[in-house]
Amino acid sequence: MQHLWLIPALPLAGFLANGILGRRASKTVINVIAVGTVALSFAWVVKTLVTLEPLTAAHVERYGTWFQSGVLSVGFQFAVDRLTAVMLLVVTGVGLLIHIYATGYMAHEGGYSRFFAYLNLFMFFMLTLVLADNFLLLFVGWEGVGLCSYLLIGFYFRKKSASTAGNKAFIVNRIGDFGFSLAMFLIVVTFETLDFASVFAAAQKMPVEQSAGILTAICLLLFVGATGKSAQIPLYVWLPDAMEGPTPVSALIHAATMVTAGVYMIARSWVLFLHAPLAMDVVAAVGLLTAFVSATIGLTQFDIKKVFAYSTVSQLGYMIVAVGVGAFGAGIFHLVTHAFFKALLFLGAGSVIHAVGGEQDLRRMGGLRKKIPLTFATLMCAAVAIAGVPPFSGFFSKDEILLAVHEHSPFMFWVGVITAGMTAFYVFRAIFMAFFGDYRGTAHPHESPASMTAPLAVLALLSLGGGFLPVPHILAEVFPAHEAHHSMGLVAVSVGAGLAGIALAFVFYVMKPGLADRVSGSLGGLYRLVYNKYFVDEAYDAAVIQPAIKGSRSLLWRGIDVGVIDGMVNGAGSRARDLGNLLRLIQSGNIRSYATWVLFGSVFVLIAARLLGGWR
Amino acid sequence: MTAVPLSWYLILSAVLFSLGVAGFLFRRNLITMFMCIELMLNAVNLSMVAFSHKYEQIDGHIFTFFVMVVAAAEAAVGLAIILTVVKNRKTLAVDELNSMKY
Repeated sequence: MQHLWLIPALPLAGFLANGILGRRASKTVINVIAVGTVALSFAWVVKTLVTLEPLTAAHVERYGTWFQSGVLSVGFQFAVDRLTAVMLLVVTGVGLLIHIYATGYMAHEGGYSRFFAYLNLFMFFMLTLVLADNFLLLFVGWEGVGLCSYLLIGFYFRKKSASTAGNKAFIVNRIGDFGFSLAMFLIVVTFETLDFASVFAAAQKMPVEQSAGILTAICLLLFVGATGKSAQIPLYVWLPDAMEGPTPVSALIHAATMVTAGVYMIARSWVLFLHAPLAMDVVAAVGLLTAFVSATIGLTQFDIKKVFAYSTVSQLGYMIVAVGVGAFGAGIFHLVTHAFFKALLFLGAGSVIHAVGGEQDLRRMGGLRKKIPLTFATLMCAAVAIAGVPPFSGFFSKDEILLAVHEHSPFMFWVGVITAGMTAFYVFRAIFMAFFGDYRGTAHPHESPASMTAPLAVLALLSLGGGFLPVPHILAEVFPAHEAHHSMGLVAVSVGAGLAGIALAFVFYVMKPGLADRVSGSLGGLYRLVYNKYFVDEAYDAAVIQPAIKGSRSLLWRGIDVGVIDGMVNGAGSRARDLGNLLRLIQSGNIRSYATWVLFGSVFVLIAARLLGGWR
Repeated sequence: MTAVPLSWYLILSAVLFSLGVAGFLFRRNLITMFMCIELMLNAVNLSMVAFSHKYEQIDGHIFTFFVMVVAAAEAAVGLAIILTVVKNRKTLAVDELNSMKY
């Protein structure tokens, strides 16, 4: 018994402490509680993994039954296998670094204790998601991280755009959750259990003719959930808006951990997906399309956080493609390296924003490499990592994915290579616009405090060296073998694309600064289309949101609420009044008519009594 | 010598009661309506006495006493009310006393 429950329980305790008592506590106390609980959780993860070495079989701990209904029995079950181990290390490790960073970044913001309470609550839910041993407990964590995402995106709740973005994130996530729920219902109907071990064992034994249809349905619905959580087409629209939240939130939730939950869930359910090839094709196609399209949008954005947001969507697309072609280990490897360099990119962007006094527009930055050298150095580490320059982390993970994709379809490989080129281009575009040239802003740039730069340094080391972590080797135990030919030619092509992207960005933004505007001007309509994110939000607004609002107004509000319900209530009153109006006509004041009524009444009573059996 | 059959008494009582009801409903004068009320009461008295004679029980007689007492009291009160009405409205036509309406 390793007491796995401590891992999520510690941040939960931090949430309760900071949430209830944090208002009156000093910043030091809040920091100690928030960072300390995550640090303790990380330490417990390390201790557990060291104890459980070599972890060939899953270590399961059951804490009692949640509920039992018919044939379905769901328990509070945590399990650690190698996949969980990798996820735990990423979530607690990167989470710890981001918590430390946030103590510096949020030092001058209001609602300090509330921020760290929400951050700890997020850690609790994410760890529950990762440790869960059945679909329902995973879903609890799934929903919980969605809730925390809403709370943290809308952290500056007095700002209308922030609270709207929080709503958007939660509502779009809910659409994905609906797909996930339907998948769970189908799983219950098919397998009569929600435990991972039982479901996967039963799925392995199912004969193909019986299983293909239902498993495809289940996997497609699970993927709908993943598109919501991991920001793929068509449910990615919340992630760029989520940049309204404070930068540590963007780093933790929308880069390193929450958005990877979809990838993790698909990797965890690999047994089901391998039995549903159609679903896997859909997954791969959607992932690739998302990667490509969002990379094109990232080329045009001027807000540094928006560039990295679209980059996150694109990199998530890479991970989804990887699990879609069956390279589960490669997908998780990229998840790990992406956590390092994307968290670093966001935290570095936060450091830059902090340095220039809140400005986020790249056009008003420039020449910062002399003024904030540490931030510059660490961001360069992240940039070369994400561009896939060997021997840094991104190169290893992205290459594994591209090789696996090539096995599946050379066309998809080339799309992936072009996307890699675009990735390198837009990241270095941001770097060159922010750090090179002349300073175009109005603030006094200054370096960030140690609480912010120390995590940047750690993440920089991880981004550079993370490729040498034997993640795919560790995960080989968990996933089925996926042979991919190592072809130096293909590797050279993808590296070449990355380097070409960097070189092109250098030409556009350092050597000839006006060239970019001339090119975008000459592309006119196409540029406007991409700059406006292909008008997807506007399309959704016209196709889904306005009809929903109009339908609700006319049918649900006017029709049912006012017409039927208010009508029934008011109608009851009106009918009572009309009946009264009728009955008052008896009150004529005419004594003889009263006497007549008395006579009729008594005769009626006598006859009725006789008919009903007499007095006795 | 045969006794008068009970049914004759009851028929008489019914006829008297019906005449009382009809008079109450169809006459306009308040005093006349009162006399019809008394007629109804006495019709009922008759039927009670007839029954009590037939079954040789005293209950009918006793109850008749009660009814007569009540009729007397009611007549006293009712006539007092009629006098007040006449003083105020100067009319005994019952149709004119219709202000207690909607």
